[in-house]
Amino acid sequence: MEHVGKIFMPGDVLSNLQASQKSGKVVLGPGLKCDNDSVFVNKPGVLKHKEPNFYWIDSHQKKYVPTRGEHVLGVVTNRMGDVYRVDIRGSEPASLSFLSFEGATKRNRPDIKIGDLVYGKLLCANKDIEPEMVCIDSTGRSNGMGVISCNGGFMFTCSLNHIRKILSPQFNLLKTLGNSLPFEVAVGMNGRIWVKGRSIKETIAIVNGLNSVEYMDTNEIKVMCRKLLDTLAGF
Amino acid sequence: MTLQAMKAELGFLSRPDGSSVLTQGDTSVIAAIYGPGDIKLSREKIEKATIDVVYKPKSGLPGCDEKVDERMIRNICETSIVGSLHPRTAINIITQEVQDSGSLLSCCINASSIALLDAAIPQKFTVAAVTCVFDKDDELILNPNLRQEKECKAAFTFVFESTSYETVATTSFGSYGKEQLKTALAACKEASKTLFTFYKDLLTKKLSKD
Repeated sequence: MEHVGKIFMPGDVLSNLQASQKSGKVVLGPGLKCDNDSVFVNKPGVLKHKEPNFYWIDSHQKKYVPTRGEHVLGVVTNRMGDVYRVDIRGSEPASLSFLSFEGATKRNRPDIKIGDLVYGKLLCANKDIEPEMVCIDSTGRSNGMGVISCNGGFMFTCSLNHIRKILSPQFNLLKTLGNSLPFEVAVGMNGRIWVKGRSIKETIAIVNGLNSVEYMDTNEIKVMCRKLLDTLAGF
Repeated sequence: MTLQAMKAELGFLSRPDGSSVLTQGDTSVIAAIYGPGDIKLSREKIEKATIDVVYKPKSGLPGCDEKVDERMIRNICETSIVGSLHPRTAINIITQEVQDSGSLLSCCINASSIALLDAAIPQKFTVAAVTCVFDKDDELILNPNLRQEKECKAAFTFVFESTSYETVATTSFGSYGKEQLKTALAACKEASKTLFTFYKDLLTKKLSKD
């Protein structure tokens, strides 16, 4: 696959894509479109491939486009009857039913105020309809999702690419920092991160750490972590 | 024939979803893209994205000429953008003149095209515009300066797409013959290829950061 990892521009045509041996099909992800038996690129970026037959274009986009199943951090902006409007940085707000929280019933409503931060999953995200968010999984458990308590912690935004990097299994910052500095973190695919350390000072340090690693490699991150911890300890 | 030196920067502004500053010769334009974003209910289209273009002159309010340019940029972007992927949203394109030393319209189109690439808006192809004039001795000049634009017999702006280098849009004024149009078109088509490689180099630079 000589073209994987190369940069493509809108309008380029891809050929020789590796199809699955069982079904003879190729799965096209974001930035690729099939038209009349040829595959067109419609976003500028790097072609990525995953075995056996997945292809997509990795582009640096600032605007978030909601995708089904992604975890997002939203801000509650409005309440309309039984549903909340949640800003998830997409083109329109997502809806969040008050019943889609762990243990919520018609009688027992979750305590949510306008301006609260919620961490949830996108149950449906279609370009033609409004996205819907839930704070429970299929078994009805919260599984880490729900309202993020407003006492302490700090929410900030960063680029979508940075988020994907933070969540990738090779990324070691959260682990390295967490070894000596316990903290809570919620990372939304929509470019929002919420962190809470033991004190305000520690929270600021973690935020600075997370913000500065966008273009660092594994070794640089280790060095940066050590420096950060040293400064925190007062060396 | 070659174009003047070009300089561009992607992500020049921090707030918009995509932005660029492009300098061609002494002409400089800043373009910014917001979107796909929120839209008023009355303006939304059920099957595709609504594209809005605003052109801001260096001083004063935009007049009729600016509105014509605005409309042209909008029509070009509408052909290149795959609007059906983001129905019921708005894509706003803002171009700000920084310095006009001739060939302003083509610089505006190119700057918006680069900004669209920076915003990673889905497109069928990229576009590049080239302006040329025939001076009083019938010499062809690519991307003329203000004085050459004023003294010319005829001026053309051609916009090409990146897949098969076909014309997407064209404007012209002055008097010219059929042969002159053909030479101008051929010269501009050749020059547009350097623009497309320029775009790719810009993107390569942007994406090589990680």
